[in-house]
Amino acid sequence: MIHVAGVDVGSTQTKAVIIDEEGATLGRSLIDTGADVVKAAENSFALALGDAGLAPDDVSYVIGTGYGRYKVTFGDDQVTEISCHGRGAVHMFPGTRTVIDMGGQDTKAIAVSETGEIVDFCMNDKCAAGTGRFLGAASAALDIPLDDLGPTALRATKPVRISTTCTVFAETEILSWLGKGKKIEDILMGVHQSISSRSIGLLRRVGIDEEVSFTGGVARNLGMVHVLNENLELEMNVSEESHFMGALGAALYAMDRARSAQEAMA
Amino acid sequence: MTHVAGIDVGSTYTKAVLLDEGGNIAGRAMCPTGFKLDVAAQITFEQVLSEAGLSQSDVGYTISTGYGRHQVEFRDVTVTSLTSAARGAHWFFPGTRTVLDIGGQTMKASKLDERVKVKSFRLNDKCAAGTGAFLEKTARYMNYSTEEIGPLAASSTVPVEISGVCAVFAESEVINQLTIGSAPSDIMNGAMQSLVGRSLQLMRRVKMEPEYTLIGGIMRFPTMTDVLTEKIGGGVNVPEGDLVQYAGAIGAATLASQRLEKKRGG
Repeated sequence: MIHVAGVDVGSTQTKAVIIDEEGATLGRSLIDTGADVVKAAENSFALALGDAGLAPDDVSYVIGTGYGRYKVTFGDDQVTEISCHGRGAVHMFPGTRTVIDMGGQDTKAIAVSETGEIVDFCMNDKCAAGTGRFLGAASAALDIPLDDLGPTALRATKPVRISTTCTVFAETEILSWLGKGKKIEDILMGVHQSISSRSIGLLRRVGIDEEVSFTGGVARNLGMVHVLNENLELEMNVSEESHFMGALGAALYAMDRARSAQEAMA
Repeated sequence: MTHVAGIDVGSTYTKAVLLDEGGNIAGRAMCPTGFKLDVAAQITFEQVLSEAGLSQSDVGYTISTGYGRHQVEFRDVTVTSLTSAARGAHWFFPGTRTVLDIGGQTMKASKLDERVKVKSFRLNDKCAAGTGAFLEKTARYMNYSTEEIGPLAASSTVPVEISGVCAVFAESEVINQLTIGSAPSDIMNGAMQSLVGRSLQLMRRVKMEPEYTLIGGIMRFPTMTDVLTEKIGGGVNVPEGDLVQYAGAIGAATLASQRLEKKRGG
């Protein structure tokens, strides 16, 4: 039995997934990346091994992905997170043609083929607007845990319009809306709308072909899912495992490599 | 009714200046703006009156400026920040042709004609990477306060390169620099160098010509004005000490004194 792993070192969180030959997840972990990226990769792999009840030697191939993929010192190779998210999304939702991956510091729109190959992609690389950090700013300004942002926003009745693009200035704008007596849910809905319009701008640049799958940490936010569905006028595929999609994709690439290595030996 | 007032409600600080009949500064005061702009204006005005030993009835004309100028209930008229900056720069240095004004949340470059009218201007108020907020965030990521920015940058020996593309992305950049052993002072200086680069771009777009006058809260950091002076090459004026922060309020007050004269003459 071959076991392989994918380790996705994101700007905010590090994820590890271990799969078997069927592509089924045996173990996984999710931890904060923090300042020591090498350590984060090691720790998340160790935790995933523990979850799967395996020893390091049981895993024949490891692929690192994410912004810290070169810090996965125990990895056999690296694959970009764009490839991994595309592959993971198509594995989980075979009808996927467009992926919107929203992480802590970047948002990517990815067009994929039926086999999970990348056709085109587009990302924000110069500005943090429209990424998870925008939610982070709202969470800090309003002193509300990240996980509560979406559910709170869904209670909005009269959403405000957030006019600033910059994540740094948005924090100030949020506080000034609060000062003007606006309700927290209405401000938060404005924040979600602002992120949605930035991401849809990215999606348009690669073309929006159905089915659309939503991956990355922010896909856990029900408010974000709701707003994007409404603005895109479609139902995106969202999995509870969305934030593991990059690590899963990396593990699937690792399985390809492990198999061809085995075939070469045979 | 012998004095006039200029109130500059900036995004970060509110400044008030009183001029006497001779056009000399009779008092000045500064308070954090916060989120109640009308209150900040009122408090700063009361403070400047008490500093000058005057009462409200001694003030014959009041002009407000800055982003919160419309919230100053006791003003006679408002003028834009560009106009007040031009007048303020001219009050300090009559030969001024180009003004660079960097505040907490904006950066403005403008070119003046011989009659102190703004001929052309460029501004950035959309992205924190080109404003004082960039320095503030950089300091915050390293656990330094705003007050420590100036001394920290001044103690730098070799500035490190900071890309300055986004104030949010700067966090990972700063953390990476700290991890490889760069000194906080050199990182802070690097952030200033990147802000200077952005300033020069903006100044070139208004077709800068000497004399150049540097104003705004960010110019209270000597490293900032030293680097700007070096890069511009010469013909650079900087008001002394914390007066750089009062240029807008002084400009508004000089316009107020013209209005008062006209009112009396008519």
